[in-house]
Amino acid sequence: MLVVDRHGRLVRANDAARPILPGAASGVRLHEQVPAWLADAHQQIVETAPPSTVTRALRGNIGDRFFEAHPTVGADGDVMWWLVDDTDRRLAETALSDVRRRSEVLSAVSSTLLSTLNVPRCMEVAAAMAAEHLAEAAVLVAPPQGRRCPLTFARQGAPVVQTTRQVDVAGVPGLAEALQGFPPVPARWINPADIPDWVLPEGFAGPIGSVIVAPLPGHGVPAGALILLRSSTEQAFTEGEEVFARLFAARAGAALSAARLYTEQATITATLMQDLLPPALHRVHGVEYAGSYRASRDHERVGGDFYDVHPGTGPSQETLVVLGDVAGKGLDAAVMTGKIRNTLHALLPLAENHEHVLNLLNGALLTSRHARFATLVLASVRRRADRVRLRLTSAGHMPPLIVRNDGAVEEAATKGTLVGALPAVAARTVETELAPGETCLLYTDGITEARGGPLVDELFGEERLKRALAECVRMPAEAVVERVQMIAAQWLSGGRHDDMAVVAISAPKAGAPTVADGQGGGRPGRSRSSE
Amino acid sequence: MSEPVATTAVVERLWQAVSDGDEHGAARVVHDALAEGTSEEALLLDVIAPVQERVGVEWAADRITVAQEHAATAINERVIASLAHRPDSRRNTGHRGRVVVSCVDGEWHALPARLVAEVLTLHGWRVDYLGAQTPTPHLVAHLHLTNPAAVLLSGSLPTHLPTAHATITACQAIGVPVLAGGRAFGPGGRYAKKLRADRWAADARAAVAVLDQGIPRPDTSAIRHAVDDLPHLADQEYTWVARSRPQLVKQTLVDLEGRFPAMRTYSDAQLERTAEDIAHTVDFLTTALYVDDPGLFAGFLTWTADILTARNVPAHSLLSGLDVLAGQLHDFPRTLKTIELGSTALSEYAVRPVPGARA
Repeated sequence: MLVVDRHGRLVRANDAARPILPGAASGVRLHEQVPAWLADAHQQIVETAPPSTVTRALRGNIGDRFFEAHPTVGADGDVMWWLVDDTDRRLAETALSDVRRRSEVLSAVSSTLLSTLNVPRCMEVAAAMAAEHLAEAAVLVAPPQGRRCPLTFARQGAPVVQTTRQVDVAGVPGLAEALQGFPPVPARWINPADIPDWVLPEGFAGPIGSVIVAPLPGHGVPAGALILLRSSTEQAFTEGEEVFARLFAARAGAALSAARLYTEQATITATLMQDLLPPALHRVHGVEYAGSYRASRDHERVGGDFYDVHPGTGPSQETLVVLGDVAGKGLDAAVMTGKIRNTLHALLPLAENHEHVLNLLNGALLTSRHARFATLVLASVRRRADRVRLRLTSAGHMPPLIVRNDGAVEEAATKGTLVGALPAVAARTVETELAPGETCLLYTDGITEARGGPLVDELFGEERLKRALAECVRMPAEAVVERVQMIAAQWLSGGRHDDMAVVAISAPKAGAPTVADGQGGGRPGRSRSSE
Repeated sequence: MSEPVATTAVVERLWQAVSDGDEHGAARVVHDALAEGTSEEALLLDVIAPVQERVGVEWAADRITVAQEHAATAINERVIASLAHRPDSRRNTGHRGRVVVSCVDGEWHALPARLVAEVLTLHGWRVDYLGAQTPTPHLVAHLHLTNPAAVLLSGSLPTHLPTAHATITACQAIGVPVLAGGRAFGPGGRYAKKLRADRWAADARAAVAVLDQGIPRPDTSAIRHAVDDLPHLADQEYTWVARSRPQLVKQTLVDLEGRFPAMRTYSDAQLERTAEDIAHTVDFLTTALYVDDPGLFAGFLTWTADILTARNVPAHSLLSGLDVLAGQLHDFPRTLKTIELGSTALSEYAVRPVPGARA
């Protein structure tokens, strides 16, 4: 407590005030003893008329302590200043706001890092955020691939640079340990002079003042290490910042390993899936083929429907087309389609007799441990002059539909039992011919059993399919396939559906060799690349 | 801009070949023009694109059949493929970076996206063309694996806008910016802005320019919901009307039968067509509610009136349909307003021929 008169002279200071203001003897001038904020406040109070109208509390430092000052104006015009030491609360508040800021940063870091499952992108984001929030520059060293390490350099206010280089990991104290996941050397013990030049991002205004090497803990395996750099003009890392850096590294490590795991799994899946995906169809020996596939679940690419075109060894040989449907859907069914496709591939030399092939397949399926049956259609195709000869056999499958040039849509009169259920398959093969411009369509029941339409919950049905096909007279094979898939998709209008597969076999229109001939073919309109 | 006269002649020749279903002729027209010095980009954008546009116009005017439309599109696709697969094609290595071109899930019009993909390849981009019917989960998985500089999202039919919105949000949530394009996004790309696409481009050349400038990565730390972009969705009118689509279609059909006894003699196929038309109307209505633009609905109605007129179907049946529809939706002020503005636009719309039609 201080009492100060209207002229700014100290009248009295109590015992508690003396240690704070050692020179506070009565009669000394206030402004010589206390900081300006308090002296000015006193001045203001005494100049105000009437002097008693003072309200708000004042705050400020005296020496290294922090005080609240509450003035009370006495009747004689003296002001009694009550000083309340507030230092500890102030310190706590500062610490709290630091913690808040850091947890905000961590939460932003987490959601940003978790948004991507791409490893290079994840490293880029982690390094950039480290440079923004933790240090002047950051280098993310990923575990070596062979003898080279993927490196990500980030500097405040500069674009991130990513390279893969052979570097001397042992040259950075603690880095080798961090990359192995062992606890690295604490920052305070790293001598900045020991840091080799390769660690410095381009444009870093050295020399280095302080360094932290933090391991990125992964899911069981180290995900790399983070090197944080500050130049000598900046404050060195405090212990609190070091702890914060480790928290940050833990988040980054978790995100990076998730991304790495996802990428590995996706690559494995893609490899295993390769043979299960429907093939790209194109023109073979003067006959046009087009196919389209839609898996029942939109996030999957494969299912229980399948098709294949096995080109004959020469234009005079028959090409075998297969389209089928394994009971069930999803991955299990897809694995089964792979087996059937392989078996049929091996049976190609016997394709002259469809029923025989179906019986051999039937035997193979019956002895397999999978208790699944399948329906399928076989079509042997050969071009003769400008016409296309077809031998068609259905094994428990919807008969192929033939779109004639006069607009008629015929059902091939083939019939047979399904495979993989009974000891023997009985099937009748029919022969027919396509004139130029005509198309034979093989399809699975996913099309005809599509439920939807304007009134919802109605089956698409064979009649609608035939009506749609009647509009496809003289259309190229791809256009027919696309039209059928489109009409079925519109019928569904987003509803659930079974796997849907369609294959069109078309006799090209007279005198119309395709432009894709001799240029690799491939289904136009799709050039998927996955990596 | 170069040799406009020559290009016009090539467009006419290609149109002839394509509309005759003459694939060989179409290829010859394009490859001859290439040999005579027309650039590949000009062939794609100033020859093939206008021909494809004309395919749509001619179908609208009922001068070509659905089959011809599909055949023409298939031929255009093949001609593009033949340009891309030429042995001496000067496609480069994709040094500019990698981008993904995809259609909105459910969109069947793949050709505009295909043209953009080809043009970007010519400009040095490595392009992953995912084509039509790409489910959004596939697109997102692809983005995780490849980390492209941008996704170019193509949409032709406005009814796919709600799906487009979900796709845009999904791409941005994993830090990949979206460049939207195609007629679905409205005049001047107004719906692209509403749906918070990072950029919009009017055509392939504009897309090249936008990518040249670079698109910053979206901020992934912000969590966003559809209603944050489109606050009007909070009134739930879109949700309710979209969910009631089957009942609305059924009830409208019943009410229309009550008004027009002649409908009772319709064949099943005719009834189905009518139901499809109503369903289509409801789809556009819900889309207009989603983007909160009655103009979108009015535009659809006048376009449909043109289509009907070209097929000698009286367009006033549309007005009765709207009337019946409005009767079922009196609890929804924004919906009613949209229908009302649509009806007004339709009645004020002078019956006139389809654009491009010769009288």
